[in-house]
Amino acid sequence: MADELIHELSAGYALDALDPHEREEFEQHLAGCERCREEVATFASASAALAVAVPPASPPPDLGERIVAAARAERPNVVPLRPRWTPRALPIAAAAAAAAVAFAVGALAFHGGSHASALRSIPVEGASGSLVVSGKQAALVLSGLGRAPVGKTYEAWVLRDGAAAPAGVFRGGGRTITFRLTRDVPSGAMVAVTVERAGGVAKPTRTPMIVSGRV
Amino acid sequence: MSDVGSRDLAHLSDEAVVALVARSDDIALGELYARYGAAAYALARRVLRDATLAEDAVQEAFLAVWRGAERFLPERAKASTWLLTLVHRRAVDLVRREERRRGQPLDETHDAATEGSAADDAWLRLERERVQAALRQLPDQQREAIELAYYGGFTQSELAERLGRPLGTIKSQMFAGLSTLRRILDAAELEASWQTS
Repeated sequence: MADELIHELSAGYALDALDPHEREEFEQHLAGCERCREEVATFASASAALAVAVPPASPPPDLGERIVAAARAERPNVVPLRPRWTPRALPIAAAAAAAAVAFAVGALAFHGGSHASALRSIPVEGASGSLVVSGKQAALVLSGLGRAPVGKTYEAWVLRDGAAAPAGVFRGGGRTITFRLTRDVPSGAMVAVTVERAGGVAKPTRTPMIVSGRV
Repeated sequence: MSDVGSRDLAHLSDEAVVALVARSDDIALGELYARYGAAAYALARRVLRDATLAEDAVQEAFLAVWRGAERFLPERAKASTWLLTLVHRRAVDLVRREERRRGQPLDETHDAATEGSAADDAWLRLERERVQAALRQLPDQQREAIELAYYGGFTQSELAERLGRPLGTIKSQMFAGLSTLRRILDAAELEASWQTS
């Protein structure tokens, strides 16, 4: 009897018509009741059909761009307790990647970079982490960057005088990645990352998801 | 550059686009918006009756997709259903906070209709007529409970009070009504797929 009553809530749940305490109670029930999960799934497609029956309305033309910009400014939730992205969060993000920076220092030193004291950390926008520069060499140190989609890769670019030169591809994934750019980064240049088809491309085809400050 | 990216994804299914969003592909998020932004906005606008609040609901829902796309289970629901469910949930949460709006009558179907013709394509118009026809087949009391809940954001206990019916009756009517609606829509869908094959 009690089971039948809670089962009946599946319709109210799919219509978002439960009181908050009932919603909570039903969600707990849902976790352990396959029958209700299936019921909710099929009811959800009926209620989503109701969504289509409303009078049309045009969103502001820039809403999509604003949403994508807001998403870009937020980091994917790969890293737990990741601070919400704001310019003020930059030092925090940089600090979080400190261990990886140490690794990058090693990588740069190993590849004949200048002395560690000449290292500079340049903030990046679009991801947690930084661009670590030593002389003309640079490495991207990024945390919480999800693995590139199947058939895709991340590709780094050195931006200078309005042109983008390819600087290597990498896959992402894991807690922190350190990617040493395959191309020198002269003073005044910027570094960007796009998602490209696997293997990389000669010219970026996408809007950069990550852009560094000026070197 | 971003145009090229959008065209790249045009051939992908909604579910494949969501899978890309789960990998933090913001071009894919833009593609998802291109497909469902207008429908999401129209829904939020209907529930909230306010352009700014509707924008907030849509933005929050798409950002919820951005943050939680890896939790989406394609075997459980269509991507569009999942997205519109998120939009509806946000809109209802907001309208319950904006108590004053719900005093307004619910049967004004023209409040946003005139400005929307640009977003209104033929497929959407057919789909809307199909669902409205299905709704009309429901017994009056069931339809009323469902419409007030879904478009008005009223909870079952609020409806019991507003309509002067016992809470148990409201719950049963909603269950029966949505079950019938599901059956009619499924049957219509089946018919449509027969015609195209």
